[in-house]
Parts: sequence; C-alpha cells; structure tokens
Amino acid sequence: MGVAIRKTKAELGLADLYQGARRYLPGGEEITAVRAAAFDRFTAVGLPHRRVEAWRYTDLRTQMKEAKRLASLPDDAAKAKAREAKDLFAGAGFRKLVIVDGAFVPELSDLAELETGLTIQPMADALAADKPLLSQRLGAIVPDDDPALALNTALAANGVVILVAPGTALSRPIHVAFVTTNWVATSMFTRSLVNIGAGASATIVESHQGPDGSEYQVNTAMQLVVGDEARIDHIKVVSDGNSALHIGSLLANIGARATFNQLGFVAGGSLIRNQLFVRLAGEGTVADIRGGSLLSGTQHADTTLAIEHAAENGQSRETFKAVVGDTARAVFQGKITVAPGAQKTDAKMMSRALLLSDEAEADSKPELEIFADDVQCGHGTTTGAIDDELLFYLMARGIPPDEAKALLIQAFIGEIIEGAANEAVRDALTGALLGWLGRRE
Amino acid sequence: MTALLEIKGLHAEISGGRKIIQGLDLTVNKGEIHAIMGPNGAGKSTLSYVLAGKPGYEITAGEVYLNGEDLLAMEADERAAKGVFLAFQYPLEIPGVATLTFLRAAFNAQRKARGEEELSSPDLIKRVREIAKTLNIDSEMLKRPLNVGFSGGEKKRNETLQMALLQPSLCVLDETDSGLDIDALKVVANGVNALRSAERGMIVITHYQRLLDYIVPDIVHVFAAGRIVRTGGADLARELEATGYAQYQSEAA
Ligand SMILES: Nc1ncnc2c1ncn2[C@@H]1O[C@H](COP(=O)(O)OP(=O)(O)O)[C@@H](O)[C@H]1O
Ligand SMILES: [Mg+2]
Repeated sequence: MGVAIRKTKAELGLADLYQGARRYLPGGEEITAVRAAAFDRFTAVGLPHRRVEAWRYTDLRTQMKEAKRLASLPDDAAKAKAREAKDLFAGAGFRKLVIVDGAFVPELSDLAELETGLTIQPMADALAADKPLLSQRLGAIVPDDDPALALNTALAANGVVILVAPGTALSRPIHVAFVTTNWVATSMFTRSLVNIGAGASATIVESHQGPDGSEYQVNTAMQLVVGDEARIDHIKVVSDGNSALHIGSLLANIGARATFNQLGFVAGGSLIRNQLFVRLAGEGTVADIRGGSLLSGTQHADTTLAIEHAAENGQSRETFKAVVGDTARAVFQGKITVAPGAQKTDAKMMSRALLLSDEAEADSKPELEIFADDVQCGHGTTTGAIDDELLFYLMARGIPPDEAKALLIQAFIGEIIEGAANEAVRDALTGALLGWLGRRE
Repeated sequence: MTALLEIKGLHAEISGGRKIIQGLDLTVNKGEIHAIMGPNGAGKSTLSYVLAGKPGYEITAGEVYLNGEDLLAMEADERAAKGVFLAFQYPLEIPGVATLTFLRAAFNAQRKARGEEELSSPDLIKRVREIAKTLNIDSEMLKRPLNVGFSGGEKKRNETLQMALLQPSLCVLDETDSGLDIDALKVVANGVNALRSAERGMIVITHYQRLLDYIVPDIVHVFAAGRIVRTGGADLARELEATGYAQYQSEAA
C-alpha cells in the first residue's frame, strides 16, 4: 500500500454525505452496487489534485474546502423561486424541464403533448426501478475512473431521462433548466441520460443557474447515447451564482454516420470544471465541439476534453475560446485519441484565449494520441490581449473604448455562438454574453 | 473665414523612438482641400495618426485646434465625434464584426456623444444602402465581417462609405489611391468629391499626383522630413510628378 494521505475536511464530508444518503438514494440492488463501487473508487484516490494529470490545473483537493450538506427536496417556496428565475431561453418555445435544487419537478416542467417517440422521466424514478439501461450506463460508456464522476455516480439522486425513439425527428428543442434556489449553500448531485435512437434527431439545451453569494456545489453529469445516423445538438450554459462550484461531466457515445454538435458556454460560477468524454464509436461520424468561457473576478474555469475517434472516416472540430478578465483563469485541456484502425480520421482542435488584464491567465494543453497512420490531425493554441490596432480603428470611428472592447470581445466569442444551429439558442447565448459584458462595466 | 484645423509648431515622435514630425504649421479652412505630398517615410501617415489620436506618439511641442477646440486633449473617439475622420492607408480587418454592425455602432456612438438622437436600424440600413450603391458596394458585402477578405479596392470603397455615412467636418485621406486600379480610383474619387462642401475641409495625403487629377486640391504642400517645405496651387502636384522629391529631401536634411 502507498502512503496513507490524510483525508481533507471535504473528503471526510463527502464520505459522510454518502454514508448518510446511501440508504435512501434511489436504486435497486444493481444500482446500489454500482454506487458502492463508484464510491470505493473515489475513496481510493480522493479529491483530485494537481499531481493527477487530468486535473493538473484545477486542484480540487485544495480549492474545495468542505462538502456542503445535500440539498433537501424543494418546498413550495423553492419552487416559487424557480418559477421566477430568469430564463435565458424564455420565449424560445422550447419544451422546458425544470430541476430545482437537484430534484426534477414535474409540475414546473412542460410534459404536455409529448411528441410520438419521446419519453421523459425523472431520473430518480428510473433509478428506483433499477432499469438495466441505467445500471449499464451509470457504470461506463466511457472511462469512469474520474474521481468527480465517480462521486456523481455514487451520489446522484435525480435528473432527467430523455429517450428519443429511433427515427424520431424532434423539431422542438428540450431545455433542461437546473435551478438552485437556496441561499444557504448545499450540494447537488444530478445525473441525466439522453438516448437518441438510430436516425433520430434532437436538440437538448442544458442550463445551470443559482443565487450569487451562495457557495453551493453542483456535481452534474449528462450521458448522451446517440445511435447510428442520428443527430444531436447539445448546448450547455453555466450561469451559476458567482460563488458556486460547478463540476460537470459530459459522457457521449456517438454511433456511426451520426452528427454530434456540442456547445458549452460558461458565463457564471466561481470554480467551474467542465469535463467532456466523447467517444465517436461508429464510422463516418461528424462532431463539432465548441466551448466559450467568459471569466472575470477570481473565477477559475477548466474545460477538459477527451475525444476518441474509435472508428474510421470520422471528422471532428474542437474550438474553444475564453475571455479572461481581472485575475480569472481559464484552463483548456484537450486530448484527441485516434484508435488503431480509425483511418481517415480528420480532427482539428483549436483553443484561443483573450486576456483582458495583465493578471488574467490562460493555460492550454492540447494533446494528440494517434494509433492509426492515415489520418489528418492537428491542434493550435493562441493567447493574446485585445489588439490595439483594431481598438484604435474602432475608436477612430467614434466608438468609445469600452464599447469598442465589448465589440471585439463579441467578435472573438461570436465564432463559438455561431456554432449553434438553432437561432433561439444563438440569441440566448448572445444575451448571456451581453449580460456578462454589462456586468463588467 | 473660420479656421477648421489649425496646426501650430507641431513636433511629434514615436514614443521612446524617433522624431517624426518636426515643426509643422498648417491651417485648413472650411471648404478647402489640401493635398500633402511627400516621399515615403516622410511622416505623412504619422501626421494622420497624430490628428486622429492614435496612442503611441508623443507630442513634444505644438498645438492642434479643430474649430478652436484643443484636439490633442481628446481621445480618438472624442475626436471622431467632433468630426475628424481618417481614411486609413491600410484599413484593418475585424473578423466577427459585420460591416453593418460596425457602421451602426460608429454612427450611433457619434450621435450619442454629440447629444443627438440615435438612428433606428431600418433608417440606418436604408442610408447605408443608398451610399453603398453610389460606391458600387454590394449589399452582401455589408453583411460580411469588416474588411475580411475584401480586396484592396473594396477596403478603400468601404472607407469612403464610412466617411459618407459619418459626414465628418475634417477628412484626412491617407494614400487613398494606393492599391486601386483606375476604375476603382474613379469610384472612390467620385465618392470623395461628393463630400466636398463649404462646411468641410479635407487633407488628401498622397505620394503620387495621379489621385489629384480626380480630387483636385485647392492647395498643395510638399512634406519632407517632418514638415512642410513648400506650398503651392494644384499645378505644384504636376511639377512634383516631373521633378520628384529628391531636391526636398536634400533641402530638409
Ligand atoms: N510604429 C513605428 N515604429 C517605428 N518606426 C515607425 C513607426 N511608424 C512609422 N515609423 C517610421 O517613421 C517614419 C515615418 O513613417 P510614416 O509616417 O509611415 O511615413 P509616410 O506615411 O510618409 O510614408 C518612417 O521612417 C517609418 O519607418
Ligand atoms: Mg504612409
């Protein structure tokens, strides 16, 4: 055995949470076993720290001082707050599903007139029923050895299950709104599953928000299982409160000749870790993965992507941009793996950071791991400040410096927003961007 | 006659670097077009930047007034709102900012700074389209990111479009003819000539006399080694075409 490392207060707290909750966490025998195994995996390694390669820039062991108590089920007051909460996608006509303080709330959700082929269920119900789909999925569709994800598997109490039957083209996007209402800091573990059958298509929007000033802790995971020739557009917006810890994991397994468009947008939170594990399992799949982070104050946002081209003829584009002000820090780690036999893979990854102050920081670590010989892969990284020449050009036309900078920031992050195929999504993201710019002034 | 622009004893250098403008005096009255001609490296672009308020230059002596107001005390955006317009020798490309978005931002920012009402988008678009037509600018181009992938001629026409939209009181045109073929030159010159008015002054900076066949100046200055070394009428430009700048460079040295 190695040297016993003293457990931190947060690690002890997490163990308490699990011990206290495991008896009533939803799940039959199988799920309970999956949870226990996951918690053991977590206990073995503890909270990730900077000597854990995948977490080298985000030392959760140091930064997470304690584990907040688990959120209780939302009462009427919480539901009322959730109903009042600002909705970036209001008016877009999306089907809205609302998760309040980690619990799926049917009465706040639009479950009327579900399209043929669409099934929506609270994750808690699905877990309680010990559905084989879940016990298989909860374990692994992608490597499950990440400690934050293991914690999620152990403790996830609720979330949403969305099943889209093969061949179903959902024209109405689904918006899953995660709303934290409680000012007293709590922790919430949510797990969701989206299953898109072969030849089906859907747009799923995920938003996260909560009150400023509350040190609440979110650990949320979304699994996407996408069939052959299917199409999924997945958009995730983090606009959590300015003291919140947000750990998000996306686990995606994409079939053959499918289309996978993923866009992550960070415009809130204090410490944010978004990790994406993507497996292009079938041949000929096209993936477009984008991320935009707008950071200020002392924010720290880490986006870590691991994408595997497991089959031939796949194409992927990864584009990540961060605007970093004040003493904030943006981290991008991107790893593209091309499996043996995944010939003709075409993958290009780019990360760019725009630093708005001398103390702002951006770290980027791109990696390629290629086991096939006939592939086209590349990556690039840039970090820079606002271009003085461009700023002068705008000012010489009468645009005041703050507005000129805002215009250049918009232009920079615009490439990410334009990645959303849905116009209402682009408008909402632009709204989030303008809100962020407004708060900076 | 009211002096639109008064430059008195101006000395300017690149911050921490060379002295470029060395004792410049120039008065531009309303309604006048002044041509400034000079060899490459004389400091013509530097002068245009100093007038427009580009950071990075140190004014070591002298004064500049626009309609009696101290121009050097203003930031670039304030100068623009007061009516200074610089048509850049090399217009910049701004990916991600649609030309129309940029025009709207500039137009309304200037109006706001002057305490005037902003123009509604449809009205502004209409106005831009009308001007664009006179400059042979395709309305598709207005949707494209500013100057990105534009040809040299398109960029210069776009500068002229901005000038016509913003209706400045002082236009400074820096080598507007560079990179233009004769047809494009005529289009741009027509655009500039349409802006000639009794209320407006212009400084047309050029290395060659060619542009001045189309934009005929009232006064021509020879600019060498950071100051004006000779002043004459429109025929001075033709004389320079024949003699070149060699004599002025040695005089100035
Ligand atoms: N940013 C700069 N840094 C250093 N030297 C410069 C810079 N800009 C211009 N210069 C120099 O200053 C002189 C004047 O340049 P410029 O004003 O561009 O001349 P012109 O427009 O008349 O050709 C030239 O010698 C040029 O090389
Ligand atoms: Mg020049």
